[in-house]
Amino acid sequence: MFGILASIIDGVLVGLVYGLAAMGLTLIWGVMDVINLTHGMMIVAGMMGLYLLAGAFDISPYFTLPPVLIGGFFVGVALYWIAVHRMMGRPPLMSLLSTFSVNLILVGLGTAIWGTALFNVNVSLPGVTIDRYTFPGAHILAAALAAVIAGLLYLFLHYTRLGKALRAVANNREAAELVGIPTTRVLAIAVGCGVALAGVSGMLIGTLFPFTILSGDGYQLKSFVVTVLGGFGNPVGALLGGVALGLLEGAVTPFVPVSWTLVIEFALFVLVLIAFPGGVFVSRRGAL
Amino acid sequence: MLRRPFFWIIALVVAAFVVLPPIGNNVELRESLALAAVYITLASNLNLMLGYAGYINFGSIVFFGLGGYICVWLVDAHGWPLALSLAAAGIGVSGLSLIFGFGILRLRGPFFALSTIGIVEGVQAFVENFKPWGGSSGIYISPEVFQPLGGPGPALWVIYFLFVTVMAASLYLSYGIKISKFGLGLLAIGQNEDAAAILGVPTPRYKALCYSASAFLPAIAGGLYFFKGAFVQPTDAFDLTLSTEAIVICMLGGQGTVTGVALGAYLYEELRGYLLTSSTFSNFQLVIAGALLLMIVSFFPSGLMGFIYSRFPRMQKILE
Repeated sequence: MFGILASIIDGVLVGLVYGLAAMGLTLIWGVMDVINLTHGMMIVAGMMGLYLLAGAFDISPYFTLPPVLIGGFFVGVALYWIAVHRMMGRPPLMSLLSTFSVNLILVGLGTAIWGTALFNVNVSLPGVTIDRYTFPGAHILAAALAAVIAGLLYLFLHYTRLGKALRAVANNREAAELVGIPTTRVLAIAVGCGVALAGVSGMLIGTLFPFTILSGDGYQLKSFVVTVLGGFGNPVGALLGGVALGLLEGAVTPFVPVSWTLVIEFALFVLVLIAFPGGVFVSRRGAL
Repeated sequence: MLRRPFFWIIALVVAAFVVLPPIGNNVELRESLALAAVYITLASNLNLMLGYAGYINFGSIVFFGLGGYICVWLVDAHGWPLALSLAAAGIGVSGLSLIFGFGILRLRGPFFALSTIGIVEGVQAFVENFKPWGGSSGIYISPEVFQPLGGPGPALWVIYFLFVTVMAASLYLSYGIKISKFGLGLLAIGQNEDAAAILGVPTPRYKALCYSASAFLPAIAGGLYFFKGAFVQPTDAFDLTLSTEAIVICMLGGQGTVTGVALGAYLYEELRGYLLTSSTFSNFQLVIAGALLLMIVSFFPSGLMGFIYSRFPRMQKILE
């Protein structure tokens, strides 16, 4: 019995990291109604950043967090100018296609350079043992870091001028422009933050599981499921959605082969979209 | 339909596909045109969703792969003749997608696009775990199945003509839908779904029917493709590259047009053939497809046909 409970607790720990990844997706979604299909590749970029930096400088994997965060921000700003800026005010189909094409370019470059080899980053942290079950230290630390970053994002959105501007643009871009908010700059920053979050979550996932260049698809799908559970454009909901997904994964893994997990999650995605089109953890209307 | 010039333009193109390769037994041209026919089939059926109804289907490869699996499995394990297996693949996949379409097409716009990504993952996971279809190692068929078609050599010709038939059917289907009331409803959905619903277009039913119709011919093409290779396995059958290329082709030629998509498919096939043979580019096929798509979406959203229409407005009446 405790075995299942342990699996669920571990699922929640990992779920917090998924929640962080989904926050990156939902931030962009909520602010400008753009679904970032490069999300999976940005998660992988975070993983590769972890692998390359930790390998090159022989530092603890967790010290790669600040460079991945900052690098991710600049990549996100670049992504805004390359793929998103021209799509503002055009049908949503177009921004889907443009981010999709950037994703293709990144996948193509990634596989051409690194192939599809499996990468692994060794993290040696003491775990916490209860009864016969050990919770890996890496899982606990990753979950804690994810929670801290999510908390910082919340503070940023609610208590800084820039964060408030971001929420204003999310609510009504024209009105925000009228009161003097430089919306284009704010949108670019929003994409920067979203990609930075994706990168950091990728870096954290990289300390938990081995990965390949193509791992992004699975995590991207998880992020969509989490976003749908948490409500669109709702970062706090995304964290809760991540925990819910982790709970589900933890409860399901002991009984079902791993390759089915994604299918179950996808079925959940469709069911939730049909049953609760606004998301499960939505208490009030209004983006962000 | 017979009195419209476009009907005869399609007939001419198909005739060229039929007549050119047998002249001098030109096998190289045949293979190149066979691939072009597959691209045209996939792209023009994707165009039913993307160009007409305005719904992106990122997972059109599922139809192709599942069709391939059903056909190869029926031929191999049950000894069905090719024609019957192909029909079963088309009807089976089309039926499945009709059932599925009623479920997922309640999702609108981007949510539908996201769920099509999930469908690929879902179907692939199912096939990899499905024992009768050989799991992740796939199904091989013995060369004996080519005997009823007159041995492996002539069989390739038969398969080629079947490819061309499927392509012709795709073009006429696209055209037929476009000039029908059903097509008008789809175009209305593509322009503004709410307005279409208010004006009495039964949007969920039309979308599901369109989704199902766009599954039929790609499934048959998939059956032929994998029958020709005598081998099917999950990573080939659900290779996302092909559905990506179909999207690039639709956008390159001009979404929502029949001519543009066919033209785009042919051009893309030629370009790809060139890129694959040059050693610098063969590793960067995805990169080039992506860059091409990004350029089209950013600067020429109406594609080749948009350019032609704006330069020669009269063409709008002739080339659909």
